[in-house]
Amino acid sequence: MTTSRRKFIKISAIGLGGVAATTSALSMFGANSYLDDLVKQNVSKKFKRTATYCEVCFWKCAGWAHTDEDGEIKKIIGNDDDPHCNGRLCPRGTGGVGMYNDEDRLKTPLIRTTVNGEETFRKASWEEALDLIASKFKGFKDTYGAESVALFKHGSPGSHLEHLFKAFGSDTIAEPAYAQCRGPRETGFGLTFGSWIGSPEPTDIRDTKCLVLIGSHIGENMHNSQVQEMSDAIDNGATIITVDPRLSTAASKSEHWLAIKPATDIALLLSWMNVIIEEGLYNKKYVEKYGLGFDQLEAHVKQFTPEWAYGITTIEPKEIRKTARIMAAAAPSVIIHPGRHVTWYGDDSQRGRAIAMLNGLLGSWGNRGGFYFKESLKVPEFPHPEYPEPKWGWKEIGKKYPYAEMGITTELVQATIPSENNEYPIKAWLVAGTNLVNTLPQREKTLEAIEAVEFMVVIDTMPMEITGYADVVLPECTYLERYDDIRSMTNRIPSIAVRVPVVEPKYDSKPAWWISKEIGERLGLHDYFNYNDFEEVIDWQLHELGTSLEEMKKIGVKTFDRKSGPLFLEEGQDHYFYTPSGKIEFYSQQLADKGFDPMPVYTAHPEPPQGFYRLNYGRSPMHTFSRTINNPNLNALKSENTLWVNPKVARMMSLKTNQEVWLKNQDDIISTFSIKVRVTERVRWDSIYMYHGFGHNNKELTRAFGKGISDTELISKIAMDPLMGGTGLRGNFVAILTENPHKNTEI
Amino acid sequence: MRYAMIIDTLKCVGCSDCVVACQTENDVPIGYCRDWITETVNGAYPNLELELKSERCNHCDNAPCVRCCPTGASHIVDGGIVMVTHDECIGCGACIESCPYDARYQHPDGYVDKCTFCHHRLEKGQLPACVSVCPTKCMYFGDLDNPNSEVSQLLKNRKHKTLAPEAGTDPHVFYLI
Amino acid sequence: MQEELFTSGRNIPHIDPFLQIWHWPISLYLFLGGLAAGILFFAALFYVLGKEKEYPAAVKFASIIPPIALSTGLLALVYDLTHKLYTWQLYTTFRIESPMSWGAWVLLIVTPLSFLWLFSFYAEIYPKTEEKLQLLKKFKFLATFEQFLKTNRLYIAYALIPLTLVLGVYTGILLSAFNARPLWNNAILGPLFLTSGLSTGAAAIILMAKTKQEKHLFGKIDLGLIIVELALIVHMIMGYYAGSQVQLEAMQLLVGGDFTLMFFGFVVLLGLIIPASLELIELIGFKVPVIVPAMLVIIGGLIFRFVMVEAGQLTRFLY
Ligand SMILES: Nc1nc2c(c(=O)[nH]1)N[C@H]1C(S)=C(S)[C@@H](COP(=O)(O)OP(=O)(O)OC[C@H]3O[C@@H](n4cnc5c(=O)[nH]c(N)nc54)[C@H](O)[C@@H]3O)O[C@H]1N2
Ligand SMILES: Nc1nc2c(c(=O)[nH]1)N[C@H]1C(S)=C(S)[C@@H](COP(=O)(O)OP(=O)(O)OC[C@H]3O[C@@H](n4cnc5c(=O)[nH]c(N)nc54)[C@H](O)[C@@H]3O)O[C@H]1N2
Ligand code: SF4
Ligand code: SF4
Ligand code: SF4
Ligand code: SF4
Ligand code: SF4
Ligand SMILES: [Mo]
Repeated sequence: MTTSRRKFIKISAIGLGGVAATTSALSMFGANSYLDDLVKQNVSKKFKRTATYCEVCFWKCAGWAHTDEDGEIKKIIGNDDDPHCNGRLCPRGTGGVGMYNDEDRLKTPLIRTTVNGEETFRKASWEEALDLIASKFKGFKDTYGAESVALFKHGSPGSHLEHLFKAFGSDTIAEPAYAQCRGPRETGFGLTFGSWIGSPEPTDIRDTKCLVLIGSHIGENMHNSQVQEMSDAIDNGATIITVDPRLSTAASKSEHWLAIKPATDIALLLSWMNVIIEEGLYNKKYVEKYGLGFDQLEAHVKQFTPEWAYGITTIEPKEIRKTARIMAAAAPSVIIHPGRHVTWYGDDSQRGRAIAMLNGLLGSWGNRGGFYFKESLKVPEFPHPEYPEPKWGWKEIGKKYPYAEMGITTELVQATIPSENNEYPIKAWLVAGTNLVNTLPQREKTLEAIEAVEFMVVIDTMPMEITGYADVVLPECTYLERYDDIRSMTNRIPSIAVRVPVVEPKYDSKPAWWISKEIGERLGLHDYFNYNDFEEVIDWQLHELGTSLEEMKKIGVKTFDRKSGPLFLEEGQDHYFYTPSGKIEFYSQQLADKGFDPMPVYTAHPEPPQGFYRLNYGRSPMHTFSRTINNPNLNALKSENTLWVNPKVARMMSLKTNQEVWLKNQDDIISTFSIKVRVTERVRWDSIYMYHGFGHNNKELTRAFGKGISDTELISKIAMDPLMGGTGLRGNFVAILTENPHKNTEI
Repeated sequence: MRYAMIIDTLKCVGCSDCVVACQTENDVPIGYCRDWITETVNGAYPNLELELKSERCNHCDNAPCVRCCPTGASHIVDGGIVMVTHDECIGCGACIESCPYDARYQHPDGYVDKCTFCHHRLEKGQLPACVSVCPTKCMYFGDLDNPNSEVSQLLKNRKHKTLAPEAGTDPHVFYLI
Repeated sequence: MQEELFTSGRNIPHIDPFLQIWHWPISLYLFLGGLAAGILFFAALFYVLGKEKEYPAAVKFASIIPPIALSTGLLALVYDLTHKLYTWQLYTTFRIESPMSWGAWVLLIVTPLSFLWLFSFYAEIYPKTEEKLQLLKKFKFLATFEQFLKTNRLYIAYALIPLTLVLGVYTGILLSAFNARPLWNNAILGPLFLTSGLSTGAAAIILMAKTKQEKHLFGKIDLGLIIVELALIVHMIMGYYAGSQVQLEAMQLLVGGDFTLMFFGFVVLLGLIIPASLELIELIGFKVPVIVPAMLVIIGGLIFRFVMVEAGQLTRFLY
């Protein structure tokens, strides 16, 4: 075994006396006072409320944080005026108070150091940590250019740091929400309709007559207003059709659950198009007016009959026909949902395109009960000098993928690993709000890059795995303790929301805007940070938008009238689609020109070898990825994941519910921890299923450590999407081990 | 006035928002809960039925917990809400033993606690916390004595059930099925 | 396949996965209550029947046990309360439908009576102690009080007979009143616990008895009670058989589950059948040290309470 230079440090585990003592003393104190407070009868109900928006996931619901006379945050409630949440937060948002209260939080800046040959963190002042970062960044800029410093980010801290990086001269930026998440569907829809889906999805679910979910497990995927609208749709008697190899919660609410064989969705989509075209059920007026390449599509799907698809998907032809007819009958008030986490099998952009094309055939884009034309408000930028032009950045690094429209995390990782023909060598990382170790596939590779990188800063709120590899760890305060950008996202109507600090930052933590500014000042970028407090920025912006911080503190959310025209197409209205042809492109010339299939085709994907099961994973409704597992409120709801195993498999392997097992994947990677079996009919016999985000291996996460298995750890094989660089994650296979493979090794 | 809660199992997704909301609204200590979610799966793949439902004290009309309470700490107030007066409760556990739904727990401070239908919110004209947050809006709350209330109408028009009716407690949390 | 689970991580201390609200103090309390009820019942009965002289153990000597047993039992009960500082709330009201309330009040009356009963025999049973302490001499009022008790003993006895029966039945009803625990929910438990209490009482008297005659009589009584008890147990099990699904499942705990050894091995065999056989053998005229069956009966009675309290809490309606 090679000893790693960047050895993972369990923060404070072997820290200098002082650090260890303070953290544990604090955590004990924190834990007790938190519990004590909860135990107190909540009689005083004279609450103060402060406007915020949620940071537990990226839906960013606006809410009110309620504090009592002692300034304790008691509860967080949705803002009634917010179109993202309609006054109701999801369980994670309601439990967001646990992010603030978590006594395991990062408490002070930490700097990696060596004591008696042991690598460890020492507590540092902000001054020292920021000086160090600035001097290092300067050094990299002088030696390799600013481009060699990369930013990995996700969530609200991201935009502050992005501003810093662009001012600094680096556009080497990526986030996992693209190549591990939405990227392929954006490409697929972009190629077809000339428009991204974006977030929140502009799906008019509440008014739809037919909602088709392809692997999108709304209800477990708790993206708030979508869940709410799915429920409205049920009330309105909409037909729900769910395509999922697992009985998802959504599937259980569906009139038609198509229990598809994994990895075969494109075949189903093609055969649906076959039926709809063969039977003349498509929206002829719409297709004629807005479509391009219908004839080619007709010819293309002729061969893909339901009988053909049956052999691939195991879904009976009559089921395929029946569901196709239901969709067509509902059209244009039908939604074939684009999904969100769609990096599955490598041909995901093409699957996204097939979904887009099906929507196109049914005319749902721009029609009530289908997709609405979204709108958002442009928040003016606080005045600052132009950003310098970097010589290279995320675009160049991902140039192999012509349709990549954002940085590809895994390509940045690759560019960090030294190799001779690396044109874009990355030397330093700043990671903010993403736990790359539990987020990116191929952990070995991520760790290899981390080992190679010369300097690494992590800004986080929690001692997540990623922090253990940093040279400098900066504790950000939670969303409840800071200002952030004005939230302006697309929706039916434009709206803005503000995040105002509810309480003072706990411990010695600071907001990302402050961190960015302080680093910027030290890098001589003062002109980009021409304010003392971010409050000034927001206030200025709000005035530009015709309101003020004072007003927004009182209302939290402000909605505006639409300016871009009606939500839906009028009968016979002309509409320009932002594709090269201005039309909905059923046949994509640009794909053909670049040597890709102009229309989606089905390709078979590998199947689990003997003794292996496909590793399927998804969302636990009460958690967000790995970030909430240690949250005291949410951990109480689900503290570990379980391994869903079909009873047939259980019988064959004599597995019992609650039995502990370990997993080994096709590349002989063995799970660090064990997981408890849940024998359930909800999963197919050729797959196992687990919630993503568990299996934390940092002991500092006292509630989450060692609970369940990390799916990420077992995803060592990826299928790259040739169009946009998405990393297909669903092609990994695992064997179930009933004997502890670590018996003789210590973890 | 007879309060009742209705949960539409056709819409409940088992997200547990109602559980967290109760936690923060009522200062339920971590590790305890006044409401919880059950999942029932029936059948064989792929012919399956899945039911998710949010459960809590049923505020029974024929409440054994009230009958067996030796001090009167457990009692019924206006609207049929079963309440526990903390300062009268000795923590004997009789009510816990008597509840067929295991809806009560011993608070770490010693007294017995359970769902109050958020009595303190009702007094202010607010819905129970769990009902007010439920993202699927599958929970309904209201007065059964009023034939025009949403809850009366739902029970009139929709198929429904209660939990363990054979226990004879006459529960007032209903499930639409 | 049917699957049923909590998805919101319900894991409430002492409630999940099954109830453990009542612990050993409750079992002990039920046992001691039954034992005291048994002894006091016989004491009062034989006193009323005017058999004080023939059966001194029953009327006098064994009377040392009930005050101790009841006090210990009460302490155990309070020990198991989780909101102890509010215990006095028990005595601010009487809840006619609450067995717990009945028990609290009956104990409140029976416990002092048991002390008075004992005190009224104090000088007789413990003459040596009295010689040393000279209590009655030193404290005039005590002597007057003793005198008063002696003259009114018969009334105490009359009061004790129904009260001890209520106490004995109550120890069973406390459990059987709970519909929610299928194992407890049967009408037999009251009489069964009463019988068991009387039987342990009789056994205790045997232990305290000095004369062959007294030992014999209580041996016979105990034998009779054991036979009744066995019949009631059979009846109870038949009741579960005929009962609902939940009761059938509850019975499984005793008949083919975790508690089978405890129940059939310790309670039925060692606590009932063997002592009954021994007592029978003794009655026929063989020499058996009576202390053996008596002890077995008492230990069996104790284990019986433990089994019923523990196993009962494992049984439930839902989930
Ligand atoms: N195996 C597997 N991998 C996946 C997925 C999967 O399902 N399975 N899903 C993919 C998808 S769809 C996505 S979008 C990505 C998400 O990937 P990530 O965004 O990396 O998700 P998290 O694991 O939640 O990590 C978020 C990090 O941000 C920190 N954090 C939370 N709040 C704050 C804050 O206010 N400030 C700062 N500075 N830090 C904060 C958390 O402590 C945590 O370390 O993962 C992708 N990767
Ligand atoms: N509670 C909660 N909600 C969240 C998040 C969270 O962390 N927690 N994260 C948010 C984010 S960033 C994202 S991207 C979304 C992701 O949410 P979705 O886009 O809904 O998630 P996916 O992971 O694509 O879908 C998971 C489902 O796909 C099914 N599936 C697996 N393989 C196949 C297959 O081959 N074919 C088909 N048809 N189905 C398959 C699985 O069985 C599972 O039910 O969730 C969002 N919402
Ligand atoms: S969907 Fe839930 S977690 Fe996400 S922002 Fe909204 S409330 Fe927060
Ligand atoms: S909040 Fe609503 S949808 Fe979620 S579990 Fe509770 S009742 Fe069901
Ligand atoms: S559910 Fe249980 S605690 Fe609630 S009223 Fe009924 S018996 Fe009492
Ligand atoms: S625990 Fe409290 S509320 Fe329950 S029966 Fe005993 S005194 Fe009454
Ligand atoms: S009604 Fe109130 S107390 Fe009862 S479960 Fe809902 S939130 Fe909790
Ligand atoms: Mo995502």
